[in-house]
Amino acid sequence: MINYFPEEVLWHVFSFLTSHPDRNAASLVCKSWYNVERFSRGKVFIGNCYAISPERMISRFPRVRSLTLKGKPHFADFNLIPQDWGGNVYPWIVAMAKGSTNLEELRLKRMVVSDESLELLAKSFPNFKSLVLVSCEGFTTDGLAAIASNCRFLRELDLQENEVEDRRGQWLSCFPDSCTSLSSLNFACLKGEVNVAALERLVARCRNLRSLRLNHAVPPDALQKILAQAPQLVDLGADSFVHDPESETYNKLKNVMQKCSSIRSLSGFLDVNARCLPSIYPICINLTSLNLSYAPGIYSKELVKLIHKCKKLQRLWILDTIGDKGLGVVASTCKELQELRVFPSDLHVVGNVAVTEEGLVAISAGCPNLNSLLYFCQQMTNAALITVAKNCPNFIRFRLCTLNPTIPDAVTMQPLDEGFGAIVQSCKGLKRLSVSGLLTDQVFLYIGMYAEQLEMLSIAFAGDSDKGMLYVLNGCKKLKKLEIRDSPFGNMALLADTGKYETMRSLWMSSCGVTFGGCKTLAEKMPRLNVEIINEGDEMEGRPDDRQKVEKMYLYRTLVGPRKDAPDFVWTL
Amino acid sequence: MAHENELNLKATELRLGLPGTDESEDMVSIAKNNKRASPESVEDSGSKANSAAKSGDHETSSASKAQIVGWPPVRSYRKNNLQSKKAESESGMYVKVSMDGAPYLRKVDLKVYNGYPELLMALENMFKLSIGEYSEREGYEGSEYAPAYEDKDGDLMLVGDVPWDMFMSSCKRLRIMRGSEAKGLGCAV
Repeated sequence: MINYFPEEVLWHVFSFLTSHPDRNAASLVCKSWYNVERFSRGKVFIGNCYAISPERMISRFPRVRSLTLKGKPHFADFNLIPQDWGGNVYPWIVAMAKGSTNLEELRLKRMVVSDESLELLAKSFPNFKSLVLVSCEGFTTDGLAAIASNCRFLRELDLQENEVEDRRGQWLSCFPDSCTSLSSLNFACLKGEVNVAALERLVARCRNLRSLRLNHAVPPDALQKILAQAPQLVDLGADSFVHDPESETYNKLKNVMQKCSSIRSLSGFLDVNARCLPSIYPICINLTSLNLSYAPGIYSKELVKLIHKCKKLQRLWILDTIGDKGLGVVASTCKELQELRVFPSDLHVVGNVAVTEEGLVAISAGCPNLNSLLYFCQQMTNAALITVAKNCPNFIRFRLCTLNPTIPDAVTMQPLDEGFGAIVQSCKGLKRLSVSGLLTDQVFLYIGMYAEQLEMLSIAFAGDSDKGMLYVLNGCKKLKKLEIRDSPFGNMALLADTGKYETMRSLWMSSCGVTFGGCKTLAEKMPRLNVEIINEGDEMEGRPDDRQKVEKMYLYRTLVGPRKDAPDFVWTL
Repeated sequence: MAHENELNLKATELRLGLPGTDESEDMVSIAKNNKRASPESVEDSGSKANSAAKSGDHETSSASKAQIVGWPPVRSYRKNNLQSKKAESESGMYVKVSMDGAPYLRKVDLKVYNGYPELLMALENMFKLSIGEYSEREGYEGSEYAPAYEDKDGDLMLVGDVPWDMFMSSCKRLRIMRGSEAKGLGCAV
């Protein structure tokens, strides 16, 4: 019946399909749907840039306007992947430029972006509007200058936590006077000076500016002037805040803040005198998002006073200096909290006492809408996790990280299996899970049994045997990404169900028990997987023994075979 | 022996931190007793639970500086930001100490001390004087001398009011004032 619908109707119906999974599903129904879908897809999401080639992407989706690409595997964030591994965006930009793609938006995560890429991007796509770079590297402020100079309709330039070489040039001054379209500008991760006068003029003429995140080089008196020009801001990030509460600047800032009644999201405060925080009290009542995770200078007392005013908070990122008591204040104040991230302020395992299970339990009791958690803590207990599971059954993302990776239950000294078991059993919508602490195969039995919606699982220093990994591979039907380090899983687990990996985006295993022989067997069996071994140092001379353990293995499904840009230290089996 | 000293210190300790910060000492010792995992030991750590409780790995206290690669899993960007804040402080925090009437100043490294009691004791030794007991209400009332410091904003503050960490990061120089002059500083605001 549905085959008799003319294409125009299908087209119209598909225009309501916005999520990638929905579109992917629709494209599998029949050839006709596949075609309508592919011509109508404007936003393309590619979770692993090596799963497909740029040319094939363009030929399937000729009308792509917005492209999201992810490069390096997640564990690259933690120095587990050497430099020059790959993930270069240049070939994509070249292909799209050649294919005359009408690219408007590019969102990259963990990719290498050269100045050359940015220059090509800036000059090839006349309608380019939005560039979002997260945890990328390889470019300098020269590349940014190219974007600023050439992208006439630029709306969004959002740089999040990138490693950028700051050439202290005048990149910001490169925005022409005719540029008035900016709605979002985030350069908080840049280390160098910007032309403050140019910045003030830019803000003044971009009346649609909603989101502005400044770096440390923008001094407090400039901040005050900028805010005066942009009272319509919804999101503000300021790293350089006032120091002296008696100063003229402080007074001006206080006054101007009172007019910024639209601000809902606040971040920065890298350099602040806590006594100047009262200047932001007027906007606290409206805040829904607060990121103080880069503000080590705000002590617990001031932090608590601040949070006490933020009754509408939905997202909070802080340092563990807040302490369990501070989390108690969050729990009693922020009833609408949905996302909480508590980062470690001290990276040594035995350091200052940070937060413990008490803080988490308090939060779970006070914030029933909590659905996303990242919690670095000194210790944890099963009892606490069980309570948390009962209080908050809505977790979608649950990431717990004990500073000591194999610490047992702080009270019973037992493994934390039961605690995490309770979480997966209670949170039926759980999509992402990171476990830590002392864990046996039992926790994986629970995960395999209960975590039906789980898409991403991170494991470190956990499990006793291959059974652990098997429970997960067999049980979690929706698993997309599995990353494992320092756990005793070997070839038996790796090879038990090789077909499983084609249903997943990727698998990472480092410092586990898999051997060269095991990886080779897998690679032979599954031609549509790239099984890459990362070799560092001189452990590998010539042909490694099949029985030798592999230090780092990364495998992923792909339609285009082994990648051609693999460096010397990456072997594709 | 060490314990006894600790107990004595506790009795006279200037409890300047937030209520409950006392727990930190207990918690640190729990953490110290847990078996630290190193990559090589993962495979043979079979029944980890029991051995962890008993092994009381004393060297973890000195191994506190030894870190597993990539643990805790914090993005490099975030680590570098934290690190740079720490780097400022790794190099020692020397501040000048002046004493009213003394011909020349001295310098002390605040990093060397774990808290106010140690710092005050060191100052007493250095200048051969006595400073006496701190109280929130009276300051160092009755003492011959009172310790004061200049903070980031240039104000002269009484030593002891704020948590030690906060003091460390805001203290620019120390000044040992005569008790008689210090009277004004001790008044509650």
